[in-house]
Amino acid sequence: MAAHLKKRVYEEFTKVVQQQQEEIATKKLRLTKPSKSAALHIDLCKATSPADALQYLLQFARKPVEAESVEGVVRILLEHYYKENDPSVRLKIASLLGLLSKTAGFSPDCIMDDAINILQNEKSHQVLAQLLDTLLAIGTKLPENQAIQMRLVDVACKHLTDTSHGVRNKCLQLLGNLGSLEKSVTKDGEGLAVRDVQKIIGDYFSDQDPRVRTAAIKAMLQLHERGLKLHQTIYNQACKLLSDDYEQVRSAAVQLIWVVSQLYPESIVPIPSSNEEIRLVDDAFGKICHMVSDGSWMVRVQAAKLLGSMEQVSSHFLEQTLDKKLMSDLRRKRTAHERAKELYSSGEFSSGRKWGDDAPKEEIDTGSVNLIESGACGAFVHGLEDEMYEVRIAAVEALCMLAQSSPSFAEKCLDFLVDMFNDEIEEVRLQSIHTMRKISNNITLREDQLDTVLAVLEDSSRDIREALHELLCCTNVSTKEGIHLALVELLKNLTKYPTDRDSIWKCLKFLGSRHPTLVLPLVPELLSTHPFFDTAEPDMDDPAYIAVLVLIFNAAKTCPTMPALFSDHTFRHYAYLRDSLSHLVPALRLPGRKLVSSAVSPSIAPHEDPSHQFLQQSLERVYSLQHLDPQGTQELLELTIRDLQRLGELQSELAGVADFSATYLRCQLLLIKALQEKLWNVAAPLYLKQSDLASAAAKQIMEETYKMEFMYSGVENKQVVIIHHMRLQAKALQLIVTARTTRGVDPLFGMCEKFLQEVDFFQRCFITDLPHLQDSFVDKLLDLMPRLMTSKPVEVVKILQTMLRQSTFLHLPLPEQIHKASATIIEPAGESDNPLRFTSGLVVALDVDATLEHVQDPQSTVKVQVLYPDGQAQMIHPKPADFRNPGPGRHRLITQVYLSHTAWTEPCQVEVRLLLAYNSNSRIPKSPWIEGGEVSPQLETSIEGTIPFSKSVKVYIMPKPARR
Amino acid sequence: MPEIRVTPLGAGQDVGRSCILVSIAGKNVMLDCGMHMGFNDDRRFPDFSYITRNGRLTDFLDCVIISHFHLDHCGALPYFSEMVGYDGPIYMTHPTQAICPILLEDYRKIAVDKKGEANFFTSQMIKDCMKKVVAVHLHQTVQVDDELEIKAYYAGHVLGAAMFQIKVGSESVVYTGDYNMTPDRHLGAAWIDKCRPNLLITESTYATTIRDSKRCRERDFLKKVHEAVEHGGKVLIPVFALGRAQELCILLETFWERMNLKAPIYFSTGLTEKANHYYKLFITWTNQKIRKTFVQRNMFEFKHIKAFDRAFADNPGPMVVFATPGMLHAGQSLQIFRKWAGNEKNMVIMPGYCVQGTVGHKILSGQRKLEMEGRQVLEVKMQVEYMSFSAHADAKGIMQLVGQAEPESVLLVHGEAKKMEFLKQKIEQEFRVNCYMPANGLLPDAKKPRLLHGTLIMKDSNFRLVSSEQALKELGLAEHQLRFTCRVHLHDPRKEQETAMRVYSHLKSVLKDHCVQHLPDGSVTVESILIQAAAHSEDPGTKVLLVSWTYQDEELGSYLTSLLKKGLPQAPS
Repeated sequence: MAAHLKKRVYEEFTKVVQQQQEEIATKKLRLTKPSKSAALHIDLCKATSPADALQYLLQFARKPVEAESVEGVVRILLEHYYKENDPSVRLKIASLLGLLSKTAGFSPDCIMDDAINILQNEKSHQVLAQLLDTLLAIGTKLPENQAIQMRLVDVACKHLTDTSHGVRNKCLQLLGNLGSLEKSVTKDGEGLAVRDVQKIIGDYFSDQDPRVRTAAIKAMLQLHERGLKLHQTIYNQACKLLSDDYEQVRSAAVQLIWVVSQLYPESIVPIPSSNEEIRLVDDAFGKICHMVSDGSWMVRVQAAKLLGSMEQVSSHFLEQTLDKKLMSDLRRKRTAHERAKELYSSGEFSSGRKWGDDAPKEEIDTGSVNLIESGACGAFVHGLEDEMYEVRIAAVEALCMLAQSSPSFAEKCLDFLVDMFNDEIEEVRLQSIHTMRKISNNITLREDQLDTVLAVLEDSSRDIREALHELLCCTNVSTKEGIHLALVELLKNLTKYPTDRDSIWKCLKFLGSRHPTLVLPLVPELLSTHPFFDTAEPDMDDPAYIAVLVLIFNAAKTCPTMPALFSDHTFRHYAYLRDSLSHLVPALRLPGRKLVSSAVSPSIAPHEDPSHQFLQQSLERVYSLQHLDPQGTQELLELTIRDLQRLGELQSELAGVADFSATYLRCQLLLIKALQEKLWNVAAPLYLKQSDLASAAAKQIMEETYKMEFMYSGVENKQVVIIHHMRLQAKALQLIVTARTTRGVDPLFGMCEKFLQEVDFFQRCFITDLPHLQDSFVDKLLDLMPRLMTSKPVEVVKILQTMLRQSTFLHLPLPEQIHKASATIIEPAGESDNPLRFTSGLVVALDVDATLEHVQDPQSTVKVQVLYPDGQAQMIHPKPADFRNPGPGRHRLITQVYLSHTAWTEPCQVEVRLLLAYNSNSRIPKSPWIEGGEVSPQLETSIEGTIPFSKSVKVYIMPKPARR
Repeated sequence: MPEIRVTPLGAGQDVGRSCILVSIAGKNVMLDCGMHMGFNDDRRFPDFSYITRNGRLTDFLDCVIISHFHLDHCGALPYFSEMVGYDGPIYMTHPTQAICPILLEDYRKIAVDKKGEANFFTSQMIKDCMKKVVAVHLHQTVQVDDELEIKAYYAGHVLGAAMFQIKVGSESVVYTGDYNMTPDRHLGAAWIDKCRPNLLITESTYATTIRDSKRCRERDFLKKVHEAVEHGGKVLIPVFALGRAQELCILLETFWERMNLKAPIYFSTGLTEKANHYYKLFITWTNQKIRKTFVQRNMFEFKHIKAFDRAFADNPGPMVVFATPGMLHAGQSLQIFRKWAGNEKNMVIMPGYCVQGTVGHKILSGQRKLEMEGRQVLEVKMQVEYMSFSAHADAKGIMQLVGQAEPESVLLVHGEAKKMEFLKQKIEQEFRVNCYMPANGLLPDAKKPRLLHGTLIMKDSNFRLVSSEQALKELGLAEHQLRFTCRVHLHDPRKEQETAMRVYSHLKSVLKDHCVQHLPDGSVTVESILIQAAAHSEDPGTKVLLVSWTYQDEELGSYLTSLLKKGLPQAPS
């Protein structure tokens, strides 16, 4: 019976193989084609009411259609379109036509005639609009075909006079997307009227419907995006639209003005109601500035954002945005106070300035001043005081960009930025601190500004404080009082929030090294030394004292006179700190000490090249020695791996490359070792135990390849091919091992088929890279593919085994920049002896704080894992908002992890670590149909596996039984 | 063409006692009904007898609109509705409706219980008055009757402050009340759409001021308070119980929390607690920050601010006290001020505008010796500071609002004449619209049917549109006036004066839509038409009515003559 069953299974299997043999994957799909369109046809014929037909169409739209069958489907749809009376069904068909024509690999020019044809007979405005949309889809699919584009533009122009705004909208959209460049129009010149698309679109700027006006502006912007140079005449039209009644029109108009101002920055425009002329970019700047006080906050945000990118504007216009009449930098503010006092005595109540003061000035140059008055004047003052924080943030960003390009402006806007540090919304505060950091090269903080800045150190938000530390790292302070103030405030901060320790030390390190001369006069006071008396030795473990020392030692690095001021214990403390906190304390040239350490620092640079050379050489050595005896190869590999690892430890900048190559070599080594096993010579089936090493090797290689693919940033496609190739080899090895260990063939069928699919997948994904893989395992495998398809599993295994042994070792080209992802958990520190107690069944929140380096897209990849003592593991997905990005390549995860468990009798430790989740399927290209359709996005977010990439931290917890 | 007529009963070239009469296409609306802080006699309330000499107010007014709860905008309401007598609808927003009675009651207490005034409105009157109130939502169009509709816009200023659009047919007026164009710690900025009203009536308290950025102001304020407290001084901040007080409370509260200060902050109790309760409730009327964070914590639930007791004023050590009223003219703030004025460590911060005649105004203008009640002289040694925290739009803000609403003409109220002049000139120059600033009881000719509206001058292929007066002036032409005169004989044995009086009351009752006036010299005017009564030279029983009108008023004039020819109705007596 069993034999019979087996035979049946065997038969069935062969059948499948035969089918594959007859038609390869693509052909298999073709089989479904007639049935698909036919089914649709039948369904549509069956449909008795429009509602039914609509249902069928909706169902049909849920499934993808292959490129080959699109045309058939389209024909059927068109046929039904002609018959259909109900506009809603026609609408759906029209939209389906549009979707279908987007299918990759399908050329929609064949359906264009039909589409234009049905367009001419259509009465319903909605369907018309949808058909135009379809035409747009067709047109964008065929960007090269000039004739079709011209025809479509013609159609669009014809329907521009339609009464429905929807149709006009679509026409304008079509014109924007397809309206051709003028030069090609003249070149083509086949009797079609040469149309000035810009003029046609421009005419609709004054349409009665605001939606159409918006569409017209958008179309114009679209033309610009496609590289068509807009005429300067549009500028005046756009300016008129700035006072439109509808916010979307104004918003789009602001964009258009910005575009024109970037195109013709230097051309001259007249100022209305006067004889003067100014540069267009200045005029546009003034106009956009004016929009910062628009009635709609959407427009305000838009305007504020665009201001930031107008760098060509003249400096006096730029400075007008901060409107000196209103602004108060320190000097002016003081006078304002005195003046205000005078005003009180005269009975005038204002702490601002009177209009009367500047009235005569205005009368002097009414022309230009008046214009500026209504435009650029005080734009940022308004923007920064706006009631919506979105506008304020946009204004701060714009300020940042403008200040980066203009140092004088940076100096001027400082007061405003400092003021923003006290904004009521944290996001705004944070943004302005970051902005300040970005422009810190151009500015020096005055003491009073520093005072305001430092006051923020008491903020209860950790983000704000740390951003401020970062800012202080790169700030220029002008006086020694400033440094002292900063130190005092930072120490206050330290006592108030001890968790900021590391960040504060780091901040002081930079503060010290930037201002050695300012620190020098402070040293006796800071170290509390006395010229005659010995003072008590401070406590070495005091974080505040360490902070002071960090500041002083870093300043002393470039200030050789400073060590003379140190007392004896300071030198001892230096030695201690240099060892324990070497990243914060630099090597110093100290009197009476050997200059060992100082010799090292200047010699780093020349060392760099040899070590890189060394890396290259050792790798080449491995790759060139292809045909060494197995023993020799193994030894060489082991040696090289050891070298590389050591090199990575010594040279931090080469660590990524060294690790990456070492991992690859280790994979190779494992593979060789596995293949060297004696067990392969035994003909009999193996027991699991015997194959332990080989299967473990296979498994490890797989893991390593995943690490190589996903843990390193900067990996390029050519490396990915090699990595995948290695993985394929590991899979082959696994297959062989399983084949040898399992009795019976039935499980093998599945495995064999799966493996062949993998090969197929590999071929499809990396078809362009295949020529580089000559002589490799895959190369040979693909040669033998037809044979493998037909062979029985046992044969397949045999072929694979020989091929694995024969295949050569692929050279791994090194990428330019490669960094290994790493993570350190700062909190929980894992030192506490006090267990975290909570009632079982309820949850306890554990604060997790970690820094991530070189992680791409951490929001979707980084996960937190909690391992309970009972082996239960829990994976937590942090929210995207929990990730901060303090600098390039660096991320910070601050999140809360919820723990819960049933009651324990005594406290125990749980492990917390970070995982990197990956999904190797994400490389598969997606079909356009799915993009347009309503397919769930789960496919992208699913996790295939995870790589732990941080040390685990132990947390002591104690779930108590609930009291009744 | 229907016309818009505006008569300020209060707040015309003045601050305080806001009350503006608007008649628009035959509908009469009263905007605000306030009292004046500076007066304690009859002048504190608007002269309602002006509206109708002897008729009932309810017949004349279609509705009353209250923009916000400050007493200079609603203080006279119970007097107006209960004592003068008005039964029509009173419109205000929900927060105003809630808070207004608290303030009125407080005002009544001070006036009656403290100053012992008689003939003042009672608590019951306040209640009755509030029963006539119809509450409106923001941006809700309310149909007062078939033709008249009103709509409220957000105005900032204080909780529930609103600007109102009043619309009859195609004619519309926007009344701003008090408003603020820059957001503060608890309220957002005023906003209006491009409603293009025929007339915009705007306040102009800060017509000549451009204020510093609010952040500087806030920082200065906090610095001053902080310094005074650090030196062990007591800080008095006189406030109106509602509005600015809440903003300053939020400001100080957050500052105290940030700087970890320990000095107590007190708020004089009574109405404050009730008012704070409403502030907690009407979260939708506050600014973005409070709206967004109230789920975690309602910003109006103060941690550091405690209720004040009179005994605390003598406690040693630093403290900050918010006390009412804001202009130091009465009540608790004045009591505390008298206690603390002698010590130079102490400080008083005036956070707003002070009306002339109040103690606040006196100390701000530098007086160091004040004459108090009972001939006492108080020497002021404490520091006097002024912080402009008043939530009125400054000159820029007013210009901004005018720009947003795009009105055909602007009318300034609620400000000082001298300052208004400047703003008026500025508005006319920038927006090229007419701008008026009538004094109390005067009518600006906002809109009037004319034969000649303007003149188009074509000169050197240039077109210019100018007013006809200017055209005449430029062209050097003299204006010709065409006047019609007509004599109407009336049989009336009484004296000329009485005849004129009869003519006046007759016309008044017939011509409701027009302005009929009885001039002291015995003549009667209807708009520009003059009617004089004289005894017939031969027959003393017959009176000759001399009616004279210009060509522009031809229609009205001929109508009047035909009316008068029909004779006067028999006198009732």
